[in-house]
Amino acid sequence: MKQFQYVRPATLKAALDVIGKPGVKVIAGGTNLIDLMKRGVTAPDKLVDINHLGLVDHQSLKDITETKTGLYLGSLALNSVVSENNMVAKRHPLLAMALKAGASPQLRNMATVGGNMMQRTRCGYFYDTTMPCNKRVPGTGCGAMEGINRMHAIFGASQQCIAVHPSDMCVALAALDATVHIAGKKGERKLPFTQFHRLPGEHPDLDNNLAKDELIVGIEIPDNNFAQNSYYLKIRDRQSYAFALVSVAAALEIENGIIKNARLAMGGVAHKPWRLFDAEKALTGKQPTEENFAQAATLAMQGAIGHGGNSFKLKLAPATITEALKHAAGLV
Amino acid sequence: MKTAINKTMPSSAEGMSRVDGRLKVTGAAKYSAEYTPKGLTYGVLAGSTITKGNIIAIDTKAAERAPGVLAVITHLNAPKVPGDQPEKGKAADAKGALKVFYDDKIYYNGQPVAIVVADTFERALFAASLVKAQYKTEKHITSLPDNRDKGFPPRGEGTYKRGTEDAWKLAPFKVEQEYIVPTVTHNPMELHAIIANWDTDNKLTVWDKTQGVKDTQGDLAHLFKLPKENVQVHSQFVGGAFGSALRTWPHEVAAILAAKVVKRPVKVVLSRADMFTSVGYRPFTWQKIGIGATADGKLTGITHEAAGQTSSYENFTEGPTGVSQSLYACPNVNTKYHLVALDIATPTWMRGPGEATGAFALESALDELSYQLKLDPVELRLRNYAQTDPGSGKPFSSKFLNEAYQLGSDHIGWKDRKQEPGTVKQNGWYVGYGMGGGMFGAYRAGATIRAKFNADGTLLLQSAVSDIGPGTGTAMVLIAAEQLGIPAEKIRFELGDSSLPNAPTQGGSATTASVGSAVYKACADLKEKFQKLAGNGATNNPDYTKILKDSGLPSLEVVSETDGGNGMQKYAMNSWSVHFVKVLVNAATGVVKIDKVACVSDCGKVISPKTARSQVIGGAIGGLGMALMEESIIDHRYGRYINNNFADYHVPVNADIPQIDALFVNKPDPIINPMGAKGMAEIALIGMAAAVANAVYNASGKRVRDLPITPDKVMA
Ligand SMILES: Cc1cc2nc3c(=O)[nH]c(=O)nc-3n(C[C@H](O)[C@H](O)[C@H](O)COP(=O)(O)OP(=O)(O)OC[C@H]3O[C@@H](n4cnc5c(N)ncnc54)[C@H](O)[C@@H]3O)c2cc1C
Repeated sequence: MKQFQYVRPATLKAALDVIGKPGVKVIAGGTNLIDLMKRGVTAPDKLVDINHLGLVDHQSLKDITETKTGLYLGSLALNSVVSENNMVAKRHPLLAMALKAGASPQLRNMATVGGNMMQRTRCGYFYDTTMPCNKRVPGTGCGAMEGINRMHAIFGASQQCIAVHPSDMCVALAALDATVHIAGKKGERKLPFTQFHRLPGEHPDLDNNLAKDELIVGIEIPDNNFAQNSYYLKIRDRQSYAFALVSVAAALEIENGIIKNARLAMGGVAHKPWRLFDAEKALTGKQPTEENFAQAATLAMQGAIGHGGNSFKLKLAPATITEALKHAAGLV
Repeated sequence: MKTAINKTMPSSAEGMSRVDGRLKVTGAAKYSAEYTPKGLTYGVLAGSTITKGNIIAIDTKAAERAPGVLAVITHLNAPKVPGDQPEKGKAADAKGALKVFYDDKIYYNGQPVAIVVADTFERALFAASLVKAQYKTEKHITSLPDNRDKGFPPRGEGTYKRGTEDAWKLAPFKVEQEYIVPTVTHNPMELHAIIANWDTDNKLTVWDKTQGVKDTQGDLAHLFKLPKENVQVHSQFVGGAFGSALRTWPHEVAAILAAKVVKRPVKVVLSRADMFTSVGYRPFTWQKIGIGATADGKLTGITHEAAGQTSSYENFTEGPTGVSQSLYACPNVNTKYHLVALDIATPTWMRGPGEATGAFALESALDELSYQLKLDPVELRLRNYAQTDPGSGKPFSSKFLNEAYQLGSDHIGWKDRKQEPGTVKQNGWYVGYGMGGGMFGAYRAGATIRAKFNADGTLLLQSAVSDIGPGTGTAMVLIAAEQLGIPAEKIRFELGDSSLPNAPTQGGSATTASVGSAVYKACADLKEKFQKLAGNGATNNPDYTKILKDSGLPSLEVVSETDGGNGMQKYAMNSWSVHFVKVLVNAATGVVKIDKVACVSDCGKVISPKTARSQVIGGAIGGLGMALMEESIIDHRYGRYINNNFADYHVPVNADIPQIDALFVNKPDPIINPMGAKGMAEIALIGMAAAVANAVYNASGKRVRDLPITPDKVMA
């Protein structure tokens, strides 16, 4: 890899002063960035290590804290720490399940919440610098569209790109109505989690709506009543340490045998965590039965398009939605 | 001189632990890449980015100017490899191993076009990224299914026939199906690595990952026109190989050339991506089986066709159709094997070479037939049990496969299996049972052991053999301990060094049978020498130290040689295995979970129970990987592998592996060698993929004939 500078700012302000500049990259756990640097996919001149930033608003970016309305995860909280945290386990078991379904224990011990959100696609064409890829080098074409696209998107893809966002954690956070807290030079702003990642459209090089000179500082998850009935189901080529073919985060609030509230999001099917708003609506007010789940799953598949290698997902995705809902409802 | 063993060898009911176990788990075992000869430099290969054509220009200036770079070597400036040059007055061989940096021709994507040597690995790696080649490209082919019509028979091994051709077609019960085994890459944990140093202009030392230091020594002596004794090969520890280190590869020659240029030791460690293109793989193979039987399950005919891929520059052949010729007593068998030359690197032997591929097809087809016949698959096999070798008519040196069937069925609970698929459901998962087996030739080659008994009661055994992980040192120590009646702790086995006495390359599951025979003989020779020394009154179990003391000798030494034996002349010699698998299948999502595995080996006498068990478990896991997830995927438009890393190329992880029970018939083979031990490494994998496919069918009614059995294929 190319020689690069490494800096370790001590305050958020100092970090924000450097990160927007060309050739500069933020490093958190490094589990994705270093791989990309080794493969020559990205070649920064300067790495800004944010692991040593002091307190931001009186708390460390590694902390997990209670707020008035929910739970707040600092952007540097480790995936392993979040997944083992008592408050998370009690209030949002869905998130803990999703995190534990991702990567391996070693990786989760390094990976951070912010890094996980910002991780790039695992598309093989993105990784191989000799191949065409509009995400890596805009204008070179999409290798996957007519190539090996077994892992690729069935929702929201464009002619430019059919890559998927590979995260598990983000699927749970999208389902749980989380909010992203973002710091920039002009101060902090908030973004609903579902609006953080974007679809490829004409700009597949952009994965999300974070500006170059901004940092993720944390995630807030509002309190909810889903803890009793939630489940993360990940279908993959081996039982652990593999990215999702399809994954589903399912959360239900069931009262007197009726679904009062539902949250559903899918992974492995789109350029962003794919929230199933229509299916959620369809489930609301219904009984938690396999039949109703299957109907919602069918609804969720509207607009899905297969590209050959990934066409099996048109069948696997609804099956996974139904299975996940059955688990969430305690039917299995 | 290095020590291959450690003193503390905890023993348990399952047998003695690995003699080098502690060294391995504490990091004290030194692998080839870990040596640090003085002045060590680092070589990194730059690979071609096209699949077929010629290099028309190669710009190395930026790389040469990069910090720390000592040399950039390409076909334009590489020293000649004498053994690569055609002999005077003769044309160059039409086909053969890839000659690295020989000319401007590109035969496969990733072929080395340059090696950059620098003072640190990182600098070499960066500089290698600066080498820019320009190519004239030609149209390439890398897909076997698309080019099967270009198949040709390999020399001498293409076809086989006994009885009537295609007799299966006339049978009342028959199956005809096609089966695919995709390209599977060995991917041992340890990356291939070499450190090369020219001690003088005509003396070469290498620390190299190899399954055979003597073969490597011979290859390098030939390539660089050196007397054998001027080539010293060290391969003390090998972190798995599964066949990938059975021959000498271009990166090894590249390192040696680089060392010549920089006049310092050069280390080359392949990247994981290089492992897919540089050290062979199990070739993509298409197969078709036609198999027929009478109503009472007697096989009447098998037709087995196979087409395997090879490179355009070299023919690699294995024997996928061999199992159909010999596994069952069937009067009419005809087989045909073709190669298809593709613009891809040469494949090589991988654990259970040929047989693992062939057994997937044959054992799947037999299973399909059993459902037609409504006959238990084990019973179908017993009804066609070969008492003598069906091909040659020779008696078997030993065969207890029927006992293996019994052991395995009892262990897995075969009686709980329902013949009707998709009928047993537990907690939302379909439950199914499957079995599949195989065979592999029981080989034995010549070997020599130097054995030295010291006055302090210790014994040193020396052999050039490699130990790629099966526990060779452990087995050899156990043989000597038993023969001499001394504690294993007193015995040391030195290996992995070309200056030690001759041993065959570790391959074909032949090491214990071959080197073990030499150890056995060395012990007998030592005993005899001791008895002579003791003169009258010597007992069968003499007090060795006392005899040495009485005769005032510091030690007693023998060098004992054994040949490969002549069993093959009169007997058909094979090891046999059968695997029983219980699976859970989620019909909705296509997820397959392995619930229970029982592997039974008929491999003669088990010398070292604990390492034998490990060996079977390892092979079984390799087989489960082949069955469920392993596949090296190429984008044929570019001729490049798309999943050449450990995130995307899946091998089983702990979560995929249930309890695997290794069972042994454990009856000595009276012919192969005095210990009665046959090979067991290959058979641990052969037949496993079919056992899984058959279990998946039994559970769900879904028959998968193209490996690997991923969720998309099961749910579809
Ligand atoms: C072999 C392998 C398997 C994996 N399997 C899975 C899996 O199954 N499921 C899954 O979900 N993930 C998986 N992962 C991905 C893993 O979750 C990510 O690599 C990890 O979450 C990234 O976090 P990090 O802190 O290491 O990020 P880094 O590598 O440090 O950074 C990644 C990106 O995020 C940016 N960044 C980091 N922090 C911030 C911040 N606070 N603000 C703005 N930008 C920031 C960096 O600039 C960089 O661009 C796998 C990874 C590997 C290597």
